[in-house]
Amino acid sequence: MQGSGISVLFMGKNLLRLLGGLWVTLRISLIAVLLSIPLGLLFGMLMTLKSPVSRIVSRVYLEFIRIMPQLVLLFIAYFGVTRAFGWNLSGDTSAIIVFTLWGTAEMGDLVRSALISIPKHQYDSAMALGMSRVQTFGYVVVPQTMRRLIPLTINLTTRMIKTTSLVVLIGMTEVLKVGKQIIDANRFDYPTAALWVYGVIFLLYFLACFPISMLARKLEKRWR
Amino acid sequence: MEDKILLEISGLVKRFGSETVLNGIDLSVHKGEVVVVLGPSGCGKSTLLRCMNGLEPPTDGTVLLDGKAVTADGKKITELRQKIGMVFQSYDLFPHKSIMDNITLAPIKVQKRPKREVEQDAQRLLKRVGLWEKRKAYPRELSGGQKQRAAIIRALCMNPELMLFDEVTAALDPEMVKEVLDVILELAESGMTMVIVTHEMQFARAVADRIIFLDNGKIVENSKPDEFFTNPKSQRAKDFLKTFSFEKRKNS
Repeated sequence: MQGSGISVLFMGKNLLRLLGGLWVTLRISLIAVLLSIPLGLLFGMLMTLKSPVSRIVSRVYLEFIRIMPQLVLLFIAYFGVTRAFGWNLSGDTSAIIVFTLWGTAEMGDLVRSALISIPKHQYDSAMALGMSRVQTFGYVVVPQTMRRLIPLTINLTTRMIKTTSLVVLIGMTEVLKVGKQIIDANRFDYPTAALWVYGVIFLLYFLACFPISMLARKLEKRWR
Repeated sequence: MEDKILLEISGLVKRFGSETVLNGIDLSVHKGEVVVVLGPSGCGKSTLLRCMNGLEPPTDGTVLLDGKAVTADGKKITELRQKIGMVFQSYDLFPHKSIMDNITLAPIKVQKRPKREVEQDAQRLLKRVGLWEKRKAYPRELSGGQKQRAAIIRALCMNPELMLFDEVTAALDPEMVKEVLDVILELAESGMTMVIVTHEMQFARAVADRIIFLDNGKIVENSKPDEFFTNPKSQRAKDFLKTFSFEKRKNS
């Protein structure tokens, strides 16, 4: 008799393997996020500079990264770079590079929009109170920018976590791949396993992203 | 009013690109004097005020506060600006800080005064304009008139020698205008030196020791308020004043 699909989850190390797969995804996205935030801050400031060179360079970079599907970028980093330069990047490294490049571009654009949304009058009134340029930034501009930025950054983080599931296509064994392996291995004995395994994966993603978006909502409310 | 000249402007020229906004302004403001600047929009009133505290660097000419040049660079300008309070049309309180923090930020961080002393000053000033109950509120919770009064207090808490008001009631609902102007009138009575740009003619007449009428970047008239309002010398000022009065057309 065919067993219930749910029991597949508790056989052997299946649940642990799924968690391990989730960790592959989370690790890539967390490293990429941690690199993207400081780089994006710099990139965003670069975008607000008046110099036409920095404007054009940053614009081209942003548009290039945005227009390219992340999958294409991954293929370029994983297959293309090996072909072109003979560098043999591991799946892990190429994924981190691609997601950092992407995160930096997106983060930079968030920083840029947060910076230019501070009205000129805020600078004027700070300076009229005798503040130096550094004080104006430190006490008036940056705190307001941060308040606008934190919820946006957290949203970007959840987007990055979800998008890293693409790494399965450059041969990495992340949570979806592990799930597929478990399903395939039990196809004949437990045909309903697919529902349960994918259900658990859904739940795992939810558990990873939900607290983060709750945090975003809370901060948004507090810092209207 | 005393004999001492606090602010002296001579030959001030300001150009933005090819456009000349101020074209040779000479003006001196005595200590304790209240000067009201009038003129049609676009005549350079706001630019003149912004040149007075170095927010706009002059193209030519000098602005002296207490004999020291207000030039727009480095440490000296931030020191001079501490002596010049400025309030803007759009009451630019810092939205991320409470009213109390808005007021005490610059005295504590810029002037490095002890927090307790600054807070006592702030308390006295807030009570004076009836905003003590709002000290913990954030700017978004205040009405326009309240915000503008708080902005005036914020400038006053730096103990400035000169106050500049740039159309501070222009963005307010009519019923809030008076509560703000009353604060300024009271300041005038206490002997504060002020330069005020406004479109409230009755207020200008009540508060001013002297009226400056500006047109096309030049001072066209510089006279006592009664003289200016009853008997303006220039045709330009006559035309300007006419725009504020309405004549009854029927039965005439």
